[in-house]
Amino acid sequence: MDYQLSNCAIKSAPDFSNEIIGETGVRVDRCYQCMTCTLGCPVAEAMDYPPNQVMRLIDLGAREVLLGSKTIWMCVSCENCFARCPNEIDTGAVMDYLREEATAAGVKVPEERIQLLHRLFAENIRAFGKVHEATMLMNYKLKSRDFFSDMGLGLKLFLKGKIPLFPAKIAGLDKVKKIFGKTYDKKFGDKS
Amino acid sequence: MKLSYYPGCTVHSTAIEYSRSIDAVSQALGIELREIEDWNCCGAAAAHSIHRDLGLALPARNIAQAQNQAEMSRDLVTSCPGCFNALKRADYALKKDEDARREIEEIADFHYSGEINIRSLIEILTNDIAAETLRGKVKKPLEKLKLVCYYGCALVRPHAVTGLENPENPMMMDTLMELMGADVRDWSYKTDCCGADLALTHADLVTTIVGRLADHAREAGADAFVTSCGLCQANLDMRQSGPDPLPVFYFTELMGTAMDLPGRDGWWRKHIINPMSLLSGLGYA
Ligand code: SF4
Ligand code: SF4
Repeated sequence: MDYQLSNCAIKSAPDFSNEIIGETGVRVDRCYQCMTCTLGCPVAEAMDYPPNQVMRLIDLGAREVLLGSKTIWMCVSCENCFARCPNEIDTGAVMDYLREEATAAGVKVPEERIQLLHRLFAENIRAFGKVHEATMLMNYKLKSRDFFSDMGLGLKLFLKGKIPLFPAKIAGLDKVKKIFGKTYDKKFGDKS
Repeated sequence: MKLSYYPGCTVHSTAIEYSRSIDAVSQALGIELREIEDWNCCGAAAAHSIHRDLGLALPARNIAQAQNQAEMSRDLVTSCPGCFNALKRADYALKKDEDARREIEEIADFHYSGEINIRSLIEILTNDIAAETLRGKVKKPLEKLKLVCYYGCALVRPHAVTGLENPENPMMMDTLMELMGADVRDWSYKTDCCGADLALTHADLVTTIVGRLADHAREAGADAFVTSCGLCQANLDMRQSGPDPLPVFYFTELMGTAMDLPGRDGWWRKHIINPMSLLSGLGYA
C-alpha cells in the first residue's frame, strides 16, 4: 500500500521493517512512538525526519524516503536515542545501515558534504593507514568547493603546530588496503 | 604499571597538548604507556558511518597488532574516547557474535583470541590507581577552580559496548577532579553530544550546540570545562562565540597542574581559548 504524507508520497516497500531487523538485529518493530529518542537527539532540529519518525517511516515501508533523507547524514551516532529508548532500539545502528545502503544505491544525497567528508576521511586512511588532517581538509575544501569557511581557524591551528604538514604511511598499509577491498570497494564498486 | 597504548591519530596533531599532559601525568604516577607497533587509524566516526564492516575491521586490525605483540601488556589503553569506542565496538562484535567474528576475522585476516582488554585511560586512573596515591601527588589543590566535567558520547555509549558506569551520570572525571581538589559543579549535560564532525560541514549548528553547553556550564557556576575527548575539546574550544568563552581543559592537564608538573606553558599555548588569565588569576599558572 502506498501513502501520502504532508510533505512526501511514500512508495511502500512492504518488507522494509524485516529487512532492517534482519540486517541490523535492531527490533524496530518494538517502537511505540514515545519520542524519547527525538527529545534527546542533539541534531533533531536539523533533520527532515526526527528519529521517532524514522521508526514510523520504517514501519510504513518508506525505504526510498529514508535513503534520500537529510536525517541519516545529520545523525552523529551519539547513541543518546539508544541509551534512553525504553524498548532498547539502537537507532544509531539503523542510521549506519541506511547510510551504507544510500551510498551503495548511489542516491542523490541532500547532505552531500557530510557524505563527502566521511568518504574523504576513509580515503585518507586507505592512503596512509592513519589520518593526515592537512591532506584530508585540503581535499575536502577542493571537492566541496567550500573554500573560505573556517580558513582563519585552520590557519590558527596550523600556526599552533596542530596540523602537521607531512603524512606518514604505516608499514602494514597493504593490510589496510585489503580491508578496504573486502568492504568498501566490494559494496560500493564504481560508486566509490 | 606497564600498559599497551593505542594513541590514535590526533596525538600528534589537534590533541597534542592532551598527549603531552598524558605523558607527564603517567610518568609522575609510574605508569609506562608502551605504544603498540604499527597501529592504524581506528576509523573514527567516518568509517562506520559509510560502511559498517569497515568500521569494525579497521579497529580489529589494531586488536590483531596488540595480540601479536605477546611480550606487551594485555591491557590495551587509549586516551581518545573515539578510538576507545571504535576498538570496543569491534571487540564487542568479535566477542559476542559468532557470525560477525568469522566475517571480521576474514576481512582483517587474523584470529581473534579475546585476550586483549580495551580500556580507557580515564578509567584506569580512576580504578587502578588508589585514591590515596593520587591525593598524595597533589601539590596545588585546585579548590578555587570551578569546573563542569564534560564526557560527551563516545566514552560512555552504547553502554552495553563500553561497559562503563552509568551512561546518564558518569562520575570518573568528577572523582579525579575532586581528588585534585577542584570545585566540581553538578550539571545535567555531561553526556550531551558536542556535534562531532558536523563542525566541518555545519559550523552554525555546532556553534548553537556548543553555545547551549556553555550557557548550561555557566548556569552551574563553572569557569571552565574539563573533558577527556579531543573532538569535544576542539569543538568547545573553537566554536564558542561571545565575549567570555570558557576555557576547555583536558583532565590530564588539570591533573598535571594540581601535581605541579613541568611543561604546562607549552600545553596552554596550544589552546584556542587562552586559559592563562583564569589560571594565573587563581594562582595556578
Ligand atoms: S525512544 Fe524508542 S520507543 Fe520511543 S519513539 Fe524512539 S525508538 Fe520509538
Ligand atoms: S545517534 Fe543519531 S539519531 Fe540518535 S540521538 Fe544521536 S544523532 Fe540523534
